[in-house]
Amino acid sequence: MIWEVFRQDRKGQPFEHAGSVRAPDADFAEAWAREQYGRRGESVALWLVPRDAVHVVGDWADEFALKYRRVDGYSIKARLKEARERAGTAGPR
Amino acid sequence: MDQRTEEFVAYVQGGGQVEATDWLPDEYRQKLVKFIEMHGNSELMGVLPEREWILRAPTLQRKLALTAKVQDEVGHAQLIYRVAEDLGKAREQMLADLVSGKSKFHNVFHYPTHTWGDVGVIAWLVDAAAIISQKALLKCSYAPYARIMKKICWEESFHILHGRDVILAMVTGTAEQFELVQEALDRWWGPLMQFHGNPIPAEDDPMFLWRIKSQGNEEARQQFLDGYVPQILELGLTVPDPKLRKSADGVWEYTEPDWDELKRVVTGNGPRTADRLAFRARFIEQEQWVRDAVLAA
Repeated sequence: MIWEVFRQDRKGQPFEHAGSVRAPDADFAEAWAREQYGRRGESVALWLVPRDAVHVVGDWADEFALKYRRVDGYSIKARLKEARERAGTAGPR
Repeated sequence: MDQRTEEFVAYVQGGGQVEATDWLPDEYRQKLVKFIEMHGNSELMGVLPEREWILRAPTLQRKLALTAKVQDEVGHAQLIYRVAEDLGKAREQMLADLVSGKSKFHNVFHYPTHTWGDVGVIAWLVDAAAIISQKALLKCSYAPYARIMKKICWEESFHILHGRDVILAMVTGTAEQFELVQEALDRWWGPLMQFHGNPIPAEDDPMFLWRIKSQGNEEARQQFLDGYVPQILELGLTVPDPKLRKSADGVWEYTEPDWDELKRVVTGNGPRTADRLAFRARFIEQEQWVRDAVLAA
């Protein structure tokens, strides 16, 4: 059985995926994970999650081109240039 | 190469990373397993030369530090084998292939250690050469491997400092101690120069093509020389290569490393290869009951 290991650097920090351990049950998984991801005091907490329990979402359809909801959905360079030229404010400033 | 594979190559060459659950071309998976397995083998075999010195360490502090380092390296092997297992090769098979000589481990772990000076040179310079390769793996296209490398690099930096401290203690000691360091450096320089492999251009290196490695062999060696030759020379030590010099355009020139020796050693004919594999095989057998007990739990 594979257990995914998430570790926390300091209290308040997000848990970050660090690796995995193979163990028959939670007790052994804890023993291995403590040894491999905590023995030098590098983690304040660990989350051990059976791999099968992770529900993965990885496909993000964008049929409606929803980029208008994000900063990278706007490219104003060309329009701004044209607007400045019309207004006579283009050129070095 | 089919279109899907071409897209994959373009993606990883553009700095993209993939996860265990993504589609991976077969060739990529095979190359990854081979590379990662050799890395795991090297961590596991790399502790043996140092292990020989735990009982002979000169002080209690050194004994504890060396023990911690050995523990770290075995831990790295555990992390690395776990990543390779996910790619489809069972750990038992990897251990079997290691002891039967089917798979390889790094050249520097096939040599004997004669004195405490060797221990210092290994911990300082062999680890320094290794961390250059490992830091480049932080950018590996296979993300689970890149992630465990963070922890590995973090621990390796303590190992280098420990090694440098051992060397500093000896070069500031008696003339005899200084000589032990120089002799060890003389012994290790050849294998160190061979460590990063022959200077094939990065573009011809399949491991680079798939962005398993993010730099070429010669690039890594140059980085090693740039970082460590000045640190060696400032201690009054001599690098045993009369041709070693930095050219005006900043490139290190050196005597051609003995590539025949490298090939001979990594294919299982190093001075300590047989002994160390026999040792490893004995322990795998001796500890079978632990694995049986855990799996029966």
